[in-house]
Amino acid sequence: MSDKANGPVVRFEKVTKRYGALTVLDALDLEIAPNEKVSIIGPSGSGKTTVLRMLMTLERINDGVIHVDGEPLTHMQKGGGLVPADERHLRRVRGKIGMVFQHFNLFPHMSALKNCIEAPVNVLDLPRKEAEARAAELLDMVGLGDKKGHFPSQLSGGQQQRVAIARALAMRPKVMLFDEVTSALDPELVGEVLNVIRRLGTEHNLTMLMVTHQMGFAREFSDRVCFFYGGRICEQGTPDELFGSPRQERTKQFLSAVLEAG
Amino acid sequence: MKFWDWGYTLEILPALLRASIVTIEATILGFVIAATLGLALAILRMSQNRWVSVPTAAFVEFIRSTPILIQIFFIFFVFPEFGIVLPAFAAGVLAIGVHYATYCSEVYRAGLENIPKGQWEASTALNLSPYVTFRDVIIPQAIPPVVPALGNYFVALFKETPLLSAIAVLELMQTAKILGSENFRYIEPITLVGVFFLIMSLAAAWLIRRLESLLDRSLRNPGR
Repeated sequence: MSDKANGPVVRFEKVTKRYGALTVLDALDLEIAPNEKVSIIGPSGSGKTTVLRMLMTLERINDGVIHVDGEPLTHMQKGGGLVPADERHLRRVRGKIGMVFQHFNLFPHMSALKNCIEAPVNVLDLPRKEAEARAAELLDMVGLGDKKGHFPSQLSGGQQQRVAIARALAMRPKVMLFDEVTSALDPELVGEVLNVIRRLGTEHNLTMLMVTHQMGFAREFSDRVCFFYGGRICEQGTPDELFGSPRQERTKQFLSAVLEAG
Repeated sequence: MKFWDWGYTLEILPALLRASIVTIEATILGFVIAATLGLALAILRMSQNRWVSVPTAAFVEFIRSTPILIQIFFIFFVFPEFGIVLPAFAAGVLAIGVHYATYCSEVYRAGLENIPKGQWEASTALNLSPYVTFRDVIIPQAIPPVVPALGNYFVALFKETPLLSAIAVLELMQTAKILGSENFRYIEPITLVGVFFLIMSLAAAWLIRRLESLLDRSLRNPGR
């Protein structure tokens, strides 16, 4: 148990992901400590989003093991060895993880409130009243207390993304994944979403892993920044190390290209 | 001999109206089978498990590629050889329902496949079970856009019900045939059957359009 409490909450062990002949992630090792805020940056095609998608079990891995909260996610113990996880095992471990998507992926036929109670009622078996009370609290927290009855089509992109954050939080995950959550937003709506994430970081005990193009936010918010290149972590460190004095040539090139673009 | 005998028309009208109830019953029951079994077939055909999806696809293709009349005969005349004896009405409704289920399943499949991948992924991320995902997320979004296509099959199924006369179900066509042979006059009964189908088809098409706009408002653009 002590191992569970102090060890990393997420651990990738030599994880490889291939699409046909293309190797997207190449024997990736990555550990994330409880409550750590980690940002993943890198050029497109470097495998950053794949890291989140594998952790959310949206993609199967080809090799290696992913551990969540001390137990294997992609595999399960059987007869002294590890075998690929079945659906029941996946569902149990997956419950520790929540994800927010680039394109929100709200359920368009449900109100903001209904979006936030669908899973708690059906998966956690919360009584409807309780789920609604908690969803209302979460919507208040993301600043949408007055939009509970609104449907996604009636909300701006920034508002939709904040509902999506509330929806993920309603499942009480230990680890939250943010996949380029501001990339699909108009520039003036980015701030409201980042503010919510900022508050989550300070007010909740959450481990957060985000893929982002917002270098300023990554620098200010993260405990650690990983620069991905070619399916590997090319360089990682504190934001000051990585942004202030990058050691690798690839990192320097990437940062100067991104910062130049503004 | 008159070309059209109004006296005779009025005389046979009550019998035809009674028979039309059988036609309407067969249509509604047949479509209930078609709509529910069709959805089940569409979902089974999408299964990741090839032992489920391939036989389902084969069944759908088989039913779609053989004439409905043969299927009616098969259920009514061949099933009893295996101990399954159905009354003519039940056999006919079952055959028509299953036949149209395969058509409906293709319509549902189009609707299901049009659901953006992100909806499935959000459902996985929220840990919803496959059952809840279909029930609450996928099906409510997949069906409204395909209501017009399902409606077309409803009308098509309705127009196939005269085939049940082949196994002597006393629906409209069979009744008209009997009336004609009893009175040696076919023009009135057969024409009346045609008029009935015309009126009912037009009415059904109108109802479907109403339903469509209703669904459009409540499901496709919720809250608007």
